[in-house]
Amino acid sequence: MMGSLASLLPLEVHNPLFWVLGTPLVGAGLLACIPDWRQAAWLNVAISAAALGGAIGLLYVRPAETVLFFIDDFNIYLVVLTAFVGFTTALFSASYIGRESKTRRLTSQHLRFYHSMYQAFMFTMLLALSANNIGVLWVAVEAATLTTVLMVSLYRTREAIEAAWKYFILCSVGIGLALFGTILVYLAAQPVMGDGALAMAWAQMIKRAGAFQPELMNLAFVFLLVGYGTKVGLAPLHAWLPDAHAEGPTPISAVLSGLLLNVALYALLRFKMLINANEHALQPGPLMIGMGCSSIFVASFMLYRRGDIKRLFAYSSIEHMGIITFAFGMGGGLANFAGLLHMTMHSLVKSAIFFAVGLITQATGTKRIADIRGLTVSHPFLGWAFVIGVLAIAGLPPMGIFMSEFLVISSTFARNAWLAVPVMIGLLVTFGALILRLQGMAFGEPGHLAADSERTHQGWFMHSLGVVPLVAHLTLALVAGVYLPDELVTWFKVVAKLLG
Amino acid sequence: MISVQQLPSLERYAYDMAHLIGAVILMMSFGLLYQRRMTAVIRTYSFQAMVLALAAAWQAFVQEAPHLYVSALIALLFKGVAVPFALDWLVRRLGIHRTVETALGIGPTMIAGVALVALSIVLVLPVTASAAAMTRENLALAMSVVLLGLLMMITRRNAVTQVVGFMSLENGLILAAVGAKGMPLVVEISVAFSVLVAMALFGIFFFRIRERFDSLDVAYLETFRGERR
Repeated sequence: MMGSLASLLPLEVHNPLFWVLGTPLVGAGLLACIPDWRQAAWLNVAISAAALGGAIGLLYVRPAETVLFFIDDFNIYLVVLTAFVGFTTALFSASYIGRESKTRRLTSQHLRFYHSMYQAFMFTMLLALSANNIGVLWVAVEAATLTTVLMVSLYRTREAIEAAWKYFILCSVGIGLALFGTILVYLAAQPVMGDGALAMAWAQMIKRAGAFQPELMNLAFVFLLVGYGTKVGLAPLHAWLPDAHAEGPTPISAVLSGLLLNVALYALLRFKMLINANEHALQPGPLMIGMGCSSIFVASFMLYRRGDIKRLFAYSSIEHMGIITFAFGMGGGLANFAGLLHMTMHSLVKSAIFFAVGLITQATGTKRIADIRGLTVSHPFLGWAFVIGVLAIAGLPPMGIFMSEFLVISSTFARNAWLAVPVMIGLLVTFGALILRLQGMAFGEPGHLAADSERTHQGWFMHSLGVVPLVAHLTLALVAGVYLPDELVTWFKVVAKLLG
Repeated sequence: MISVQQLPSLERYAYDMAHLIGAVILMMSFGLLYQRRMTAVIRTYSFQAMVLALAAAWQAFVQEAPHLYVSALIALLFKGVAVPFALDWLVRRLGIHRTVETALGIGPTMIAGVALVALSIVLVLPVTASAAAMTRENLALAMSVVLLGLLMMITRRNAVTQVVGFMSLENGLILAAVGAKGMPLVVEISVAFSVLVAMALFGIFFFRIRERFDSLDVAYLETFRGERR
């Protein structure tokens, strides 16, 4: 098997990247053959752990650049983050699926498919992050869309199918436009780079991007911004995002929000770096700042009218992706640093919130915010963890998101104070909306909708399996808010400089 | 910039031919916009895909890039033959309306289409001044096809016609990709697009939508916005 895998992935066996990409790829095939969902859930955890091991190996052994793959300071951090959240979500998923199968909403066929797709999805994301070739990057993002569409429609309800269809059509068009942008980038590069595979290798392109045709690069960036921007969920291209997040299984909402949006933004940033390196081309900053601001505004006001708990946090994801896009649009060392930190913190905290939401919806049997009441009374541990998560995502100190948002605002103030005003208004409006909704859900008299305890009861081990990832993510976010290790700070600074 | 007249006669011939084929593909996009019957839409799409196959084969010959013949074969057999057959079968099997339901009338759509073509020519030709002549016109035509596909998706209410619009958009992308001289991964991209997207998913979704909504009119999807239940 190793031999055929080596031919499929042109990488050496002692290269950690081989394991990062190979384990989920083989895992997806393997999980498709395992009929028992309990074994599959554990195997899913084991495969994710192996991929995480490979990703950590990358920190020690930096593989050499090939035509198809490369690892630099920027993507290594996202690979590790993706593998980590992929692993913790697999843990959560094992516990979530255990409870879900008791309510008979999912058959074992569905679960087999779900586990296989989970690993296929991890593979496509890791492939997109480590791709050197911008064509491979595009193919990987496209495949990530396909796998998630299949997972969003898993429950086969009317709402799930509507959500998946909407997601599929909107993101396919987005992806199509991104391909057109990619072709234009190739055409801009081709006179300088010559024909063939090297002309699409990013690590080679960046060295000579200054000589690319600037007009073609400008046109390309508009297509790429609209195309990949659809996948990032930037307003006004965000229509698919709340539905897809709300209707899929909750572990998928966690990885969609925490990882896939980052991957799409990563793709956009790679092209931003190319266009930045060309001094005759347009400044991508203002376009990204505009999209970022519109996302922050649209999402923050939409938050007030949400009646569905998963949809609420989906809109919050749009807002945070807006903040990150805004930060990278501002550019410069500090703002890029803030953007990177915010990307990390949002991944950790938002997936933690979706873990909590998954536990809450299973415990109360409803997704309606109005029906969820008094969680801190009825489920003290879960309720308080949820409170901490929401306060963290709203940007209260001492959590990590406060720090990154503070850096975004202060770096913007230092350079263009007027630009900071809309962002601050957006943040305050969001804060108000989240606190308003949190109050009703967390405090007061518990609702009467407590689910049948017979159906959702689990042994302490399986139950703690669902809670551990939640606690781990929130702890990391808290630690990062209080103290960032010097190594991490220097590393982020290096990447921030790379981003220009 | 090299003007067409300065090209050696063989290259000029290659250029004229590519231009002609691209123009036929664009005409088919307009054809898709004014067809009022479902079967005619599917036929037009099939013809567009076959002409795309010709364009890919011509580029393979001119650029001496044999891998493009694979793209041509995919376009011919898969998009030109298999997909239209499957769509025909679906339309018959699911008893879909034989007439195209439009959100915007045919006339205004055509005017918008002409405007989009003008837009892409105005956009593409100036920025590609230094690119090879072959690429320039091809790119303008491809971008027009992409935008017309988008227009079709917007102005048609039925899911089948929307999907045809998407596939015609994709034809434009492939036209751009085969026209970009020496571009790697074109075959992989056509495979990624056609095999995965067009059939597997649409097939599943059509059945599902039929099961759940008893109609393929996507307007039915709008009754539910996720918040009311």
